[in-house]
Order: sequence, then C-alpha cells, then structure tokens
Amino acid sequence: MDNLEKYKAAFKEAFEIDDAIINDELAYESIPEWDSVGHMRLMAAVEDTFDIMLETEDILDFGTFGKGKEILLKYDVTI
Amino acid sequence: MLENQQEFLKTSPYSLTHEEKRKKFTEYMNELTKYHYENSAEYKKMLEGLNYSPQKNYELEELPFLPVGLFKEYELHSVPKEKIVKTMKSSGTSGQKQSKVLLDSATTRSQSRCLSYIIADFIGSKRLPMIILDTEIVKKDPRLFSARGAGIIGFSMFGRDVFFALDNDLKLKADELKNFIETHKENKFVLFGYTYIVWQFFAQEMKRLEINLNISDGDLFHIGGWKKLKDAAVSAEIFRDSLKNVCGNIKVHDYYGMAEQLGSVFVECEHGHKHCSIFSEIITRREKDFSPCDFGEVGIIELMSVLPSSYPGHIILTEDEGRILGEDDCPCGRKGKYFEILGRVKQAEIRGCSDTYGN
Repeated sequence: MDNLEKYKAAFKEAFEIDDAIINDELAYESIPEWDSVGHMRLMAAVEDTFDIMLETEDILDFGTFGKGKEILLKYDVTI
Repeated sequence: MLENQQEFLKTSPYSLTHEEKRKKFTEYMNELTKYHYENSAEYKKMLEGLNYSPQKNYELEELPFLPVGLFKEYELHSVPKEKIVKTMKSSGTSGQKQSKVLLDSATTRSQSRCLSYIIADFIGSKRLPMIILDTEIVKKDPRLFSARGAGIIGFSMFGRDVFFALDNDLKLKADELKNFIETHKENKFVLFGYTYIVWQFFAQEMKRLEINLNISDGDLFHIGGWKKLKDAAVSAEIFRDSLKNVCGNIKVHDYYGMAEQLGSVFVECEHGHKHCSIFSEIITRREKDFSPCDFGEVGIIELMSVLPSSYPGHIILTEDEGRILGEDDCPCGRKGKYFEILGRVKQAEIRGCSDTYGN
C-alpha cells in the first residue's frame, strides 16, 4: 500500500465511508461522520497509520483531506 | 469570533496588561454587538428596548448584557439556520430548562483554538497521556448534544492515549487505571473531569480503596458547580488535598466557564485565582442597580467573550456571584483580571433582571 492508500484507509476506518466521497475538499463537518468525535478518531487513525504524534495545533488545522496532506509533510510523510 | 478578529487568537492568552488589552477588546466587543444587532432580529429587538445605537462606540461597562436565562427561553442565532452545525445544550440541573446555544463551524473552530491556547499556557503544547475522570460519554451521547460531552471531547485534543477512568455505571476502573499509569509513568499526565463526578466517583472511591497513583508530575483540570460539594462541606482546600492524596504530585486547577461561552474559560492558577485571558473579560455588578463593582466588592458576574459569532452570547450576565481580586499583578505572572466565585445569586434578582429584557 502506498502512502495515499494508507491515508485514505485511515479516513475510511475513522468514518466508515466509501472511497467515492474522498477527495481533497472533503472537510470537517461537511459529512455527519466527520464531527468532533469523528475528528479525534481520525487523528488517532492517522497517527497509528504513520507512527507519528501530531501537535495540538495541527489537529486543529487538519480541516480537509487536502490540508491533512500538507500537515503530514511536516512529519516527513509524503502523500 | 468575527473574521477580521481571528488574528487576535495568535496573541499569547495572558500576555497583555490592562492598557494593552482594553482598547482592542473594547473595539472587538463593539463590533460584535453591532454584528449581532444587524444579524439577529430578536437581539435587535432587545437592544432597541435598551436604546442601543449601532452608530455609537461604548465603553465595556456600558455595552448591553443578556441574562444567561434568556438562552433557555429563546433560540438566538446571528447566522442563517442552515449554517448551524451544532446545538449545544447546557447540563442544567434537574427540573430546570436547558440553555440552547447554536453554533456554526466558525464558532466551534475558534472555541477549540481558544481553549487549546489557554490550556497550553498551563501544560505546554505537547500532547500528554490523558485520564478523563468520567465515562466514555460518546457511547451514551454519540452526537454530543450535551455540554458535558462536548467538554470532554474538546479537552481530549490535548491528550494522546486517552483513558476513561469510569465505566458506564460510573464505577472506577481501578486496575486498568493503575496499568495506564504504569505504561506512561515516565510522562507528565493531564487529568480532566467535572467537579462533582471527580469528587464522588473518583476521589472518594480511590480513598476507600486506599489507592495512590503516585503520579510524579501532572495537572488536573475540573469544571462544574460546587453546590453539591458545599452541601457536603467539601471546601476547595479539602478537594485539592484529597485529590493530591490519591493521585500524587499533581496541580489541581478548578476552572470556570459557561456553556454559552465555551472555549474562553477561566483557569485557576497555583495561587487559587481564576484568570481572565485576553479573549474574555469579567465585570462584577451590584445587585441593587447593576452598576459595576469595585475590585474586592462582591457582585453578580458578567462575562464577555470574543468567540460567539453565530449567536449573541458575547456579553452575558451569569447567575453567579463573585469578586475581582486584582489585575495584572497575580504572583503567577499572568496578566489580566483574576477573581473568585462565591456561589449562586439568589434566584429572585436575576429573574427580575430577565423580565426587563422580556418586555
């Protein structure tokens, strides 16, 4: 699995959603599954997937699927 | 928080003195009042009744405040209904009506940010192993309509590896808790809970079981009313000492905040003072004529917050009584006003005050 697939898998695991609705614009609170509880689940899934620890600031900034990719660059994860 | 004010969140929460804060904060409060006046028909009606003029710039003490009880009677909002992503309900004592606070995503975002900057001032910006002294509430309230659930999730952002210390029946998971401490024992811990639950279902039970976690470094944050504890003659000192006796070397921070102003909370420092950050302000008012009290004088607490933009909750008269102890000179080094809460105001006065607004 490449990093993009792993990254998508984290979203699917956290929200139990289909591939079809995952794109760069998928945003916090744009679907019922991505609410504050879902967000913490997603953060845990992303951290486990890439074995990193996000800073609080980045958890707050992690607002879309696309933005998340930018943030992960800071942790040397290229997607 | 209005779009043009967002930049302010980047300022360190306790870094401004009275002179440095006053001008900007007053400007923001005037902007917010004007914004809500123009965007909420109900709010406009109330303010017209008070002869408010959107052309005028007011001093903080002159700006109109809404009695917190209004949020139980009305669903106030300043954005179109379809922008509301969450309706927050206050915990509300049994038999009382609950407050309803209508949030859009801009408001929930600035609330999370504000809370994180305030808490980071106490524990640093690194996420720490976290113990929630409550049940895993999302299982009971998955959409988090209660302020209690939202408070827990909001706080859990500061944690990595979050452990819930109570099971669904509020029973202490003592063995699992000991294991959790053992796993992370090299770390600093952060603990969070609601005052009464922390006392009744954690502190008391730990004492009964004669457990001491021997935490070497940590901070416990707790929030919520003291009424039940006061009835049981548990003072702040007894509370703090009891928690230290069962947890080890932790600092205990009581913090104060309203469901109507989530995010801009007032955290107690090591000197027992509740601190106002630059994102909020406190004014105490005399019961007889609502004029502002002097420092040291007991009055009804009014709270201001830059955060509420989806509903007109930026200036609220609470039902609590307290006194401002000083400003910019707490020995802990934090700037801004610091105060203490003394309890609830007798119901009659506040109801009389809401009536003024109802007419």
